[in-house]
Amino acid sequence: MTDLALNINGERRMVSVDETTPLLWVLREELKLTGTKYGCGIGACGACTVHVGDIAVRSCLLPVALVGDRPVSTIEAMRSDRVGKAVQAAWIENDVVQCGYCQSGLIMGAVALLKANPKPSDSDIEQSLGGNICRCGTYVRIRAAVKDAADRLA
Amino acid sequence: MGKALVRRAAVGFPVSLCVIAGLTIAVFRGFAADAPTNRSDGLAAWQSVYSVMVSPRCINCHTATNYPQQHDDRHRHFANVVRGIDGHGVPGLNCATCHQSANADSTGVPGAYDWHLAPLSMRWQDNEEHILSSAAVCSAVSDRTRNGGLDGTGLLKHHEQEPLVLWAWAPGHGLDGKRRSVPPITHAQFVAATLHWVEAGMPCPKEGEGYR
Repeated sequence: MTDLALNINGERRMVSVDETTPLLWVLREELKLTGTKYGCGIGACGACTVHVGDIAVRSCLLPVALVGDRPVSTIEAMRSDRVGKAVQAAWIENDVVQCGYCQSGLIMGAVALLKANPKPSDSDIEQSLGGNICRCGTYVRIRAAVKDAADRLA
Repeated sequence: MGKALVRRAAVGFPVSLCVIAGLTIAVFRGFAADAPTNRSDGLAAWQSVYSVMVSPRCINCHTATNYPQQHDDRHRHFANVVRGIDGHGVPGLNCATCHQSANADSTGVPGAYDWHLAPLSMRWQDNEEHILSSAAVCSAVSDRTRNGGLDGTGLLKHHEQEPLVLWAWAPGHGLDGKRRSVPPITHAQFVAATLHWVEAGMPCPKEGEGYR
């Protein structure tokens, strides 16, 4: 076990874990931040997406020791993030969710997209969220919600 | 203690590579000062350089398409990964979404500093994913309007020090525990071959000259 200091949602959190443990399991099991979901475990579905620095990252693939001092933001922090709030509001307004398992990862991906590109085209949205899988097939509503969020932020 | 040693080794390995490469160059420079460098020798050295460039660890990110490849069979990268404007992917799906600054062997993801695709000007494949000929790759690599403005010295430094180049010889292993394959010659031999090619005036074979 290794003692690590992590910057999670603006707070310094100490954990004692094997440094090869994926960040996802540190978030869920050690820090009880269960909004971030386990989907595939191989970076193929995007359900575990969080932000590390300014980058949307698949937390299931990231050994916690490689996080370093970069700030980590999870879905729990989006309520106090300007873009995150707009995306969540658009998600509700457009009734995006069916089963909802993918949505925290998709929202994190959408927030990363809108922070880098405030006015994304359909193609931008499809490419940026192309690694996030929704088994309910709500992609049309996802795209509409991202555009709605962009309008709210304009 | 064990982990500390592993960490130290992880830091020490690239440093050792640089030292070995440096010594190799120093020795080779001694040779080169005496040895005649002619086109034929330069072309032979280039073929060694080319053998590395077309190995999967290198060419998988020197594509002509909108995506990278992966594994030794060079199949399309999974998860709908795309090139993006600058070769670093797109917001929400950057290369760094999965690839960190070091190999993540516990999760099977390769990594090195600034993981990204080579620019399209340095594509070493055609649009059908066929590897370009030795002549075509040499032409691209030695053309400063396509290679990022690198002269011979710059190319040599790139081959000696660029983290993504060095990664090709320390690619880690996948989740199956198997080490990824490495290029057919050592990094030191690669750097020495580059030096020899540069000192010979960076000759390129002509199409159909017997080099493929």
